[in-house]
Amino acid sequence: MRIGPQGREGVLLCEECMPRLSLDAPVIEVTELRKLYGRTEALAGLTMTVNRGEVFGFLGPNGAGKTTTVKLLLGLAKPSGGSGSVLGAPIGDLATRRYVGYLPELFRYQPWLKAREVLILHGELLRMPRGERGTAADRILDLVGLADRAGDLVGKFSKGMQQRLGLGVALMGEPTLVILDEPTSALDPIGRVDVRGIIKAARDRGAGVFLNSHLLSEVEQVCDRVAIVDHGRVVASGSLDDVLGQSETQVHVSGITAGDLAAFETFGPPSLEHDRLSIRPMDPARVPDLVNVIVGMGGRIHEVRAGRSSLEQRFVELVARDRAL
Amino acid sequence: MITIARLTIGEAARRRVLWVLVALAIGSVVLVAWGVDRLVAAIRDQDQADLQVKIVVSQILIFIAFMFTFVLAMTAAFLGSPAIAADLESGIAQAMLARPLRRSSYLLGRWLGLSIVVAGYAILSGLLAIEAAAFVSGYTPPNLILPIGYLAYQGILLMTLALALSTRLAPIAGGAICVVAYGLAWMSGVLGDIGVALHADGVALIGDIGRVVLPTDGLWRGVVFGLEPSFVISEIGGTDAARSNPFFAAEPPSQAFLAWAVVWLALVLLVAINQLRKREL
Repeated sequence: MRIGPQGREGVLLCEECMPRLSLDAPVIEVTELRKLYGRTEALAGLTMTVNRGEVFGFLGPNGAGKTTTVKLLLGLAKPSGGSGSVLGAPIGDLATRRYVGYLPELFRYQPWLKAREVLILHGELLRMPRGERGTAADRILDLVGLADRAGDLVGKFSKGMQQRLGLGVALMGEPTLVILDEPTSALDPIGRVDVRGIIKAARDRGAGVFLNSHLLSEVEQVCDRVAIVDHGRVVASGSLDDVLGQSETQVHVSGITAGDLAAFETFGPPSLEHDRLSIRPMDPARVPDLVNVIVGMGGRIHEVRAGRSSLEQRFVELVARDRAL
Repeated sequence: MITIARLTIGEAARRRVLWVLVALAIGSVVLVAWGVDRLVAAIRDQDQADLQVKIVVSQILIFIAFMFTFVLAMTAAFLGSPAIAADLESGIAQAMLARPLRRSSYLLGRWLGLSIVVAGYAILSGLLAIEAAAFVSGYTPPNLILPIGYLAYQGILLMTLALALSTRLAPIAGGAICVVAYGLAWMSGVLGDIGVALHADGVALIGDIGRVVLPTDGLWRGVVFGLEPSFVISEIGGTDAARSNPFFAAEPPSQAFLAWAVVWLALVLLVAINQLRKREL
């Protein structure tokens, strides 16, 4: 991205006067965003903020409104209500799209073009200077692991290679906001590791990354903050610590009955279901003390697990709770 | 817009559409030259005058042009009808329209690229066929530019309609509608001319309505007029029989009609742009 010297009030003035990007402004900010398709409400008042230099995970079950949100942010669809901005400009602003990279869920590029030509085409659409397009394309092909396939037709690529190319397309022009819709759905484990590295690198250079993914373990590894959406609105959001909640200790134990639970209340609120003793919340550092107490009471310990719920557990829990309301 | 136009022409070349069209043009020209040569030889064997040769060759050229307009119509319809729809269905368009690219620029770029392909095919085929016939028979139509220009514009009009339909309909539906519309327009023109010859105003009106709704038939009359020897027009142009002949034109398309054909194209493009702008991608 070609940005001129810093202007007044912390605003970066971009060359060619478009658009005005604020260092402080969130890369995405939407308030009560709504979208109706006929009578179907795809988004029912979505509110969220994504900042520069963070990876934001956007999670939700099928039909929750994730792809609709992405389309609204990119100007591919128009909102029915609410407001929002991308890089400080109203959503859908044409000039702002120069600073936004996008990998669609259904990644398809001209099959009759070569991989390098696809990237150069997108460089042209981004109005990158002619002399820079080829160099940028070569660098990105190397980054996404396609350097040796630069001259091959996209139509002959496997799905995984097309997705790598799509990630490259999203990174052309060093975007300030990168929107990735299921970026590893077609990749093997090695490819997924590569993508995580690329996402972190984009964040480290100051870009905001909006990651829409079903792969919750992946989200856990790479995201700074997450929002869980269902029925078109956010049901939980915040840092992973916020969303995953407090630590829990589970002990697979025999020789303990419900009448013994009072002895564990000093560690936290206990519950016993079959052979599973659960205490939540409980400081993991106190696990050895808990083990001593159980053994002292004549209990036999088969397994101890300390930690917080996985994102998957929490996701299922939150969505189930939302649907029960 | 220019980027998309170049991309469209590149696509036609890479997908071998251009080369197939060039091969078809060359193949048809060879056939025209061979056929005209055989016919001219047969006529001259019967000691017929050059006048007879000119009449026969001009009629052959008109008949070939008629068949070619149908091929051109099919080509235009099947190039235009997937131009937007297939890109939207596959997701290729969404990846590009998420860039700082206006939907109008994308559509006009597709239109410009396809117009160049369609016009190039019409001009190449038309010129080569006329020159080949002239080479073997000695007959050259009085005006080369006008008939070929009308031919090319006819293809562009139909491609534009297909492109406009492609903003809303699946490729196969848009293509089918275009081909049927082209056939109906031609038939309404024939009926209208019969109505004029028979002085049946109601029937004549069908032709006028057809030319307003889809101006391809009026342009076809321009092609015919440009290919006819001038003495044929002056000899039989005023007769009712000639007027009702779909392969004869007594006069070129009027200025008003040509202006309408230009306005028609602009209107269809505007509707197409509006439809694409409104569409949720």
